[in-house]
Amino acid sequence: MHPDRPVTAPLRVVLAEDSVLLREGLIGLLERFGHRVVAAVGDAGALRAAVAEHVPDLVVTDVRMPPGQSDEGLRAAVELREARPGLPVLVLSQYVQRSYAADLLDSGDGSGVGYLLKDRVGQIEDFLAAVGTVAEGGTVVDPEVVRQLIGRRRDPLARLTPREREVLALMAEGRSNAAICRELVVSEAAVSKHIGSILAKLDLPPAEQSHRRVLAVLTFLRG
Amino acid sequence: MPGGAWQALARPGFLRSPWPWRSVGYLLATGGSGLLLCLLLVLGAVVAGGLAMVLIGLPLLAALALVGLPYAALERRLLRLLPDRTPVESPHRTPDGPGLPAWLRTRYREQATWRELGCTALAALLLWPIDLTAVGCAVFVPLWLLATPVLLALDGEQVNVLKVWQIHDQPTALALALAGAVLFAALSYPLTAVAAGRATLVRRLTGRTEPDHRIGELVRSRARLVDAFEAERRRIERDLHDGAQQRLVALAMNLGLARLDAPTDSLLAGRLADAHREVGQVLAELRELINGIHPQVLADRGLPEAVADLADRSPVPVDLDFELPGRPPPAVEAAGYFAVAEALANLAKHSGANRARLTGRYADGRLGVEVSDDGRGGADPARGTGLTGLADRLAVVDGTLTVSSPPGGPTLLRLEIPCTLTDPSPPRSE
Repeated sequence: MHPDRPVTAPLRVVLAEDSVLLREGLIGLLERFGHRVVAAVGDAGALRAAVAEHVPDLVVTDVRMPPGQSDEGLRAAVELREARPGLPVLVLSQYVQRSYAADLLDSGDGSGVGYLLKDRVGQIEDFLAAVGTVAEGGTVVDPEVVRQLIGRRRDPLARLTPREREVLALMAEGRSNAAICRELVVSEAAVSKHIGSILAKLDLPPAEQSHRRVLAVLTFLRG
Repeated sequence: MPGGAWQALARPGFLRSPWPWRSVGYLLATGGSGLLLCLLLVLGAVVAGGLAMVLIGLPLLAALALVGLPYAALERRLLRLLPDRTPVESPHRTPDGPGLPAWLRTRYREQATWRELGCTALAALLLWPIDLTAVGCAVFVPLWLLATPVLLALDGEQVNVLKVWQIHDQPTALALALAGAVLFAALSYPLTAVAAGRATLVRRLTGRTEPDHRIGELVRSRARLVDAFEAERRRIERDLHDGAQQRLVALAMNLGLARLDAPTDSLLAGRLADAHREVGQVLAELRELINGIHPQVLADRGLPEAVADLADRSPVPVDLDFELPGRPPPAVEAAGYFAVAEALANLAKHSGANRARLTGRYADGRLGVEVSDDGRGGADPARGTGLTGLADRLAVVDGTLTVSSPPGGPTLLRLEIPCTLTDPSPPRSE
């Protein structure tokens, strides 16, 4: 990837972040790579208003915001997605917590959402890739949150082989089949076989392939 | 301890104050209730004594020992007629546990119960005649004297004043009425003194003693301290979150951008990559640190979600069954959370278990949490600081820790904290 080029098509973004330092940094970062931040706000109420006004391609929001300094940003994100099911939302969080991520993924149909640790914005290329994936309707969960989940062995995940769990973890991080092949150093056919087996073992209802992938990730997060 | 009534006696405006009337009201109420109690007690003792032959009476006699509890409560209420600077408080402890047996156990062992019984016996046998006599002498005698002219006018010929003097003419009657008025004013002093004396005695017998007061004050100050610690942890967490953490994220972002700008494979790119990695590690450590100081998920989502998060992180797989119908106070949530964290850490370090189980319930006014495992057992609170620290943590919120860990296992840790729950829904803002 050449720097300063958008990873995906230019997006109109509404950004909610209460720390001025980070807000300015994120605006600079997104705009440098061709996206347009149509509104940058500092609390949940202003976020709702900005989304209603601008109808953006993507919402990027912090979890903890004024006035309560609790999980207002996340709640606003969940509400927004319930009101506008297709709205892509990327939540930036300081917490490696399954419950926050699970709430977000449960909103709407679970597609077009992302839950990333704020640290991840430092890894510029990963961050921009996640922005693109979420805007296109994919699902991205921070590797750190995924790692925390891998150790858990609960039904129905208990039925998966270790290799299948690895593949599912990478799916949760929002990787494509090709990316999973590279990561695990296996053939694309093998990955497809694993994914098919995962979808079968998780008893997911027949649906479009990409949607079933999202459902598999949701199962993974709900544990 | 000079009470309000004693002080009122010494003030110049005493006769115009409500204190004489308060005293009359107090003595009438205590005298009346004492008389009634006396009759009931005699009746109760006769019935119980009779039934003792057939054994049913024995529990009744035992129950009679508790009659002081409601009567002392009544006496404390009546004391409000003669208000003092410090209101009298119940001297009883909270029972050790829920249910009637625990209540009975606590009450029978308390000194306060027996002091109150003594007070009740005194009121039933000795005090009520004094109360009623005092009111009779100080109120009815002067009133009778005052009424003499009216009675004479009604009768027309003669009046038997106090069944002693026979009065035939109005001047004498008027003189007696005047004497009654003076007597009424004069007797309100001793009357109030009797009421104040009785109130002081009852206050001593049914109120808190000095050590009780000190313990009560200690408990309150400890609760304040616990809340202050909790608030301080939240403040430190907030400062770190709003300050260092945000700045480090911004720094990581700037380093990331700088790496994109640096020529590939240059020395600068290498240095920047090192610095970038370093910042990433600092951020991860800081996140753990902040979570250890005050986990945000606990404030936002409450104890069940927070311990689910702990279970997620535990290297030993944990079966979780944790449900509460509401939210405990913040100090209890924090104590419970850190106790579970400590228990799971100990379990991972020492037990050698393959599987653990964590349950949480709220019943009978207590939060009960159990952590069990299939490990090798042998956990001993006497050795090592883990379990002792855990017990100390719980002690500040009146919680208890019980450990059963025979050699060879399994280990069961049970912690209980008395608390009341609040509405489950809204997240707690700071």
